[in-house]
Formats: sequence, C-alpha cells, structure tokens
Amino acid sequence: MDKQRVNLDGFAHEDVGLGLVAMMGPNDPEPSLVVDAGRIIEMDGRGVADFDTLDAMIATHGIDLSVAEEAMAHDNVELARMFVDPSVRRAEVIRIVAGTTPAKLARVVALLRPAELTMAMTKMRARRTPSNQAHVTNRLDDPLLLAADAATAAAWGFREIETTVPVLADAPSNAVAVTIGAAIGSPGILVQCSVEEAMELEMGIRGLVSYAETVSLYGTESVFTDGDDTPYSKAILAAGYASRDVKMRVSSGAGSEVLMGGAEQCSMLYLESRCVSLAREMGVQGVQNGGIDGASVAGAVPRGVREMMAENVMVMARNLEACTGNDALMSESDVRRTSRTLPILLGGSDYVCSGFGSIQRYDNMFGPSQWNAEDIDDWLAMQRDWGVDGGLRTAEADAIGPVRRRAAEACRDVYRWLGLADFTDEHVELAVDAVGSKDLGDPDPMVVLGAAQAIRSSGLGSLEVARALQECGYDEGAARVLAMLTARVHGDHLQTAAIFDEQMRLLSLVTDPNDYAGPGTGYEPDPARQAEIDAIRQARGVEDLRADQAGWVTDDLTSVGPAAQGSDPREVVIGLSPGVGRSVWRTLSGLTVVEVLRELLAGLEEEGCQARVVRVNRTLDLGLVGLTAARLAGSGIGIGLQGKGTALIHRRDLPPLANLELYSMAPVITPTLYRMLATNAGRHAKGATPVPVRNPYTDEAIEARYHTSVIALVALERACVDRSLDNEDIEVAP
Amino acid sequence: MTRAFSGRDAEELTLDRLARDELDTDDVRIHPDTLETQAKVAERHSNPQLAANFRRAAELATVPEDELMALYEALRPHRSTASELAALATRLDENQAPLCAALVREAANAYARRGLLR
Repeated sequence: MDKQRVNLDGFAHEDVGLGLVAMMGPNDPEPSLVVDAGRIIEMDGRGVADFDTLDAMIATHGIDLSVAEEAMAHDNVELARMFVDPSVRRAEVIRIVAGTTPAKLARVVALLRPAELTMAMTKMRARRTPSNQAHVTNRLDDPLLLAADAATAAAWGFREIETTVPVLADAPSNAVAVTIGAAIGSPGILVQCSVEEAMELEMGIRGLVSYAETVSLYGTESVFTDGDDTPYSKAILAAGYASRDVKMRVSSGAGSEVLMGGAEQCSMLYLESRCVSLAREMGVQGVQNGGIDGASVAGAVPRGVREMMAENVMVMARNLEACTGNDALMSESDVRRTSRTLPILLGGSDYVCSGFGSIQRYDNMFGPSQWNAEDIDDWLAMQRDWGVDGGLRTAEADAIGPVRRRAAEACRDVYRWLGLADFTDEHVELAVDAVGSKDLGDPDPMVVLGAAQAIRSSGLGSLEVARALQECGYDEGAARVLAMLTARVHGDHLQTAAIFDEQMRLLSLVTDPNDYAGPGTGYEPDPARQAEIDAIRQARGVEDLRADQAGWVTDDLTSVGPAAQGSDPREVVIGLSPGVGRSVWRTLSGLTVVEVLRELLAGLEEEGCQARVVRVNRTLDLGLVGLTAARLAGSGIGIGLQGKGTALIHRRDLPPLANLELYSMAPVITPTLYRMLATNAGRHAKGATPVPVRNPYTDEAIEARYHTSVIALVALERACVDRSLDNEDIEVAP
Repeated sequence: MTRAFSGRDAEELTLDRLARDELDTDDVRIHPDTLETQAKVAERHSNPQLAANFRRAAELATVPEDELMALYEALRPHRSTASELAALATRLDENQAPLCAALVREAANAYARRGLLR
C-alpha cells in the first residue's frame, strides 16, 4: 500500500500557528461591521485606527453599506442556504453578499458541503457557458514550437492561452509567437504572457497581449508588501490595464501566505476571503484562485481541497469571473487530482482550469499542471461520461498536423518579415512534429533573446503582427488578430467573465449571464456542442467493427454442404457460431478464427481424433452451438466456438447451459490454450483423463476494454442467424 | 458607433486599410469615452467597483506609457515619500485625473499609517 502514488504526497497536521488550517481557524476574527455616519469604523473585530492597507481599501471601496446591515444580520446558515436554494435568484445572493465582510463570507461558504459547493458553483458563476484556459510554454521559449502548440490548444477548444518564460527577457517574443499561433488556430483567443508585474504591464500597454492574470494578491499586509506591492499599487495596475483595453484578473489562493511565513495564524479561507474582497474593491473583473501555487499546501491539510473550491465560490458570490485553479499539480496520485477537480468540472466554471498544461509536463514553465497534454483523452472522456462541458473537444491528429504546420510557418515568416529572426525549414519541420521542446535539438538561445529585444526596442505590437501576417499571405490570421484588436477598441471584453467564442461572439456576465435556477434551467451544451462532447475519437460502432473484420477476410473457410450426423466414435465436431467466416473473422484476442481453428484441429489430431467443422446457423448461443456440435459428433463430444473467441467443450447428453469446460476470457486466450482445449475435447471423446486447465486471469479492466467490441460482434453474429438454414460442414484450408 | 483612441470609427478597422498601412497604434486603442460607456454597463450589472476602475482607466487612457509605468512604480511600497505622493496627486488633478489623484491620496494616508512610505 505504501507504494501507491498518493503516498508521495505530503500531508500536514493542522498547525494554526503556521496558518496550516483550511477554514474556520480558531484565530479567524468574528465577523463584525460598525458603521458611523456612513463610514466603517470597525470591520471583522478591528477598529479603523488599526486598519491595515487591505482593511482600509476594503472598508473604503468595498462594502455596500445600503445592504451591509441586512447582510451582516443574516444567520450564516440562512445565507449559506441562499447559495444553493434554486428559488433564490443569483442576483439576490450577489446583492446580499456585497454587504458582507471578508470574515462573514468565509464563514458562510465554510458551511457548504462538497455537493453544495458544486450546486453553488452551478448557480453562482458569472458566465453561463463554461470555458477553459491553456498553458502554452516551452523550456527554450522556441517561437515556432510556441506557435504550433498555441494552434493545437486552439484546436482542442481552449479560449484563453497563457504563456510565460524561463528567461524573462524572452517575454515579448513569447507573446508574439503565441498570438500568431492562436490566430492561426482560431478567432477570438485571448492571450497573455505571465511575467513580473511591470514587464507584464509594459507588454499590455504595447498591445502584445489581450489579457493579464499575474497580478498577485495576498491576504495579509506583510506578505503583500513582501511581494513588493500594496492594494493601491495593484489598483492602479488594474486601471492601467483597462486604460490599454487589456482584460485583467488577479491571482490569489490558499497557501501563498503560509509559504511566505505570513499567515498571521489565520485560516486559508479567511485570508483568501480578504483577497477576494480586495479584488472586488480594486475593480478588477475576475480572480484566479483555488490554491494556484499554494494548491499542494492547501491539499496537505484536512478539508484543504474543499477549501479551494470554497474560494472559487466566494469569487462567484462577489460577482466576479472565476478562474478556478486546477492549475499547479497538487498530487502525484491520479485518483486524488481527479477527486480535486471533478466537482468543479461538474458544476461548471468560467474557466475550469486556470491553466490546463496543453503541452508536455517538462515544457510547462509554470511547473506541471494539475492536467496536462497527456490527460486530454481522460478529460474528454470525463466530459462525455457526465455530459458536461469542460471546454475541450476532440482534435483529430490529421487536423492538428496541418494547423501546426501553418502556425509554425506563419511564425517563421512573420519573424523573418519583421526582421526578428531567421528560422530554417528544418526548424519548422522539427517544431511541427515535436511532442515537446526536447525534440527540437539544441537551438541557439540568443536567437530568441535577440528577437525579444528587437520587439521591445521597436515598440512593435499586435497591429504590426497583423500587418506582417497579411504581408506574408496569412490573411485569415491577419484578420483574426485585427478582429481582436477591433474588439478591444469596443471594450466589451473588459466586462466580467468575457471570452470570445469561435464566431467572435462575446460571452460575458453581460451578454451570457448565468441563469441557473434549478433543473431545466442554466447552461446546457447546444446540440452541436453536445455532439462534440460525445464524439471522442475512441468511440466505435458496429459499422467500424464490421469494417475492421472485413480486413481479415480470407478464403480459408468453405461451406461444403449440409452437416450430417457423424458415426465415428473418435469424431469430435467443432461448432461455429453463425457469423464465423461470414462477417466475423478475428477474435478478441487478435487471433483470426482460422488461426484458432488450426490450433483446435491440430490438438484433436494429436489425440488421434477425427475432426469436423460445422457452422451452426440457427443460434448464436455458445451452449447451444457446442451442444449441436456434440450431437452431430460420432463421439458425442463437441467444441463450440464463437466469433469473439469464447469456446467450450460440450457433450450430447448435457443440458445446453451445462458444459464440460468453458474458456470464457476470449481476449486473453492464447494459441496454446486453444490447443489444450482441443486436447481435452479429444480425451473426453476417448474416455481419457483431461488435463486440468486454468482459465487465464487478468487484473485489467478487460470488460471496459472489450465490451463495445463484444456488443458489436454479437450484433454481427445475430445478423447471420437464420433459423431456416441447416447446419453446414465447413472445410478449413490446410 | 465606437471610436478608437485616435477618433477613427472602429468600423474602419479593415484588412484593406491594414494593407495600405493606414492604421496606426492609436487606431486600435480604446477611447476614454468607451471606458465610460463600459463603466455604465458595469454599474448596471451590480459592480460599481468595476465601474470605478473603468473611470480611473479612462483618466489613464491619455497618460503616456512611461508616466503610467512611473505611477505604478510610485505606489509600490517604500518607493515614495509623503510629499512625493502629494505632488503626484496634484499633478494627476491638474491632468484631469481626479479619481486617480484621490486613490493616490488615499494610498498616501494608508502608507503613512502603515509605514509604507520611503
């Protein structure tokens, strides 16, 4: 048990002194609010004279005094119920919560149990249509690979792409490369490059990115200032981004204060509630939280995963866009990370992941994500299983290849046209085919750095990128970059929870408000989106299987006329189900039916038996096929074989459902086992002692793997059943 | 009709004009009036703070890049003295940025109390 991967994770005892407590910490302040002459003079147990900068900002800008008295007077349980009660409209919860202090809201959401948090998320998130965000980065900051991977992320359905750098000075190049790749992949993808605050603002001002997210908030003043900011500097930053039409959200989340040794003995949820209040007060439209970089810290304490989801719900309740964590990898265990994410996937979020690593883990310069490129098939299966929209869709390999090529070529051409860098054709080829940057060899890092410096010193922005795309013949890409710039002039994307869909329709709190009010309301994927969710590439139907089987047809089995009753006491008959040699040619183990028959015939020959092969046309029941064979056999012993490979030994005097030996695990029956089966049939015929045969065993999910095929094979066989036909002798070519 | 920062109608942001090199950076930049329009939308959707941010942004929309960077820098902890922040607020007032000026004064008060001045 110790070897299970969950035991690689760290688990901590609660330690209030260190802030290692998820919610309802013993030192969290009692909620309180005292207003005097329209001014808050006490909040959450602290008098105005002792307000730190966070309190001051919250008390001055945040709390809606017209509703504060009512809100603070509400019983916590009563308020918590409003989050889940479908008869209470979202707007009403928003109205009341606007009057709550951080301590009050933290206590309320701490009362929500896991299923209630999922309900609350379903109802309280801002945007009706859920979405998802990708991380696109690589170790080399290679522009061509970034462009190709951005286009791939677009193909998978991500509507926001976040990049970052291992080398800070490369940032402008990464922003340009991802902008190109995203525009080749799809219209309307928002792009950001996460770096240090001032550099990120500079790129925003220059129009190199369309959103910003790495604007960190912390729940205590000491940690906030250690991060070299204050609520006021962040507020100006927020206004600065909006002034240059850049969408912005802030980042916070449990654990960051603990990691910086500044939790001041408070619980994670209370500190995060302060961050969420601050975000609202500063006037930003959204928050990325739910652990984020501290996710594994939160995950280490009791109820930590629940706390992270409660953080997200607080954001929604404060009427902000929620980018709901599931970002930094918080567990080595696939079970545990699924457990952490699933309730959010089910409830639906503005962005389920605030960074799904759509690239290889080793290339994720944010560190490995909770979900990574190798998990996409799992994600798609989970969406399909639950019929929910996690923002992704299947992208067929033969569709991805061309779009990667186009993105890498466009990036190469634009960099050349703008005089940023000259990449070789070979480099393009490597980037197109690369799984990750390890497949690129060892390109010169100075090339990227030079390109980045050229972008920065020339003040080049997205308009020049659009122009370059156009000049290089990428009119569609150019049109998409220009369309994004135009949309930014309109400014609707600055509203809460805004994304663009692939038709450049803007979806936000304003244009696509969440209208969940119980069953039958709220978001449902439209039929086209539902079809995308349902159509995973692994899904198979009878026609797929018929085509697979058709690839194995041979002329080795020939019908030679009606089967008569045998008389030779050494004769054993092998009965075939109706589809064998017609529509069914290959068993589940991968052996063809002809190969199986040759093993059976060889086994019988070794025992000195006469063998005859008969197709039974009237039934596909294996017991009856075997019994029919036994009754035709001179020895009274028959073998039944179904097309899928299941086999048994029967005797003429037994009831149909009884048999002598059954080989039921068709997918794992080997040639040796078929031969032993025939040996035993021969010994039964001769009255000798059969060898004991153990059915093969596997601990794999054999049923999950084969049931689809079994159902389809049975359908093929059933189509061949004809009660008017006799049994027929079959000749097997030697 | 939405006008870009330059005054150009957003409808005129076409590929043809891009190809003729007729578009300039200020043609693809938001106009302060648009931010005011967005502020009204935010107010209607129960977020007066977002509206206030858009109004501060409208003031900053005309502030040059380096001044904007400097404003942010000045508000970071331990960067400015009380008198520097006071002067900054006055300058913002003079440049028709009273909302940002008010935020700077508020910060100055809080910083003085919390030891975050230079």
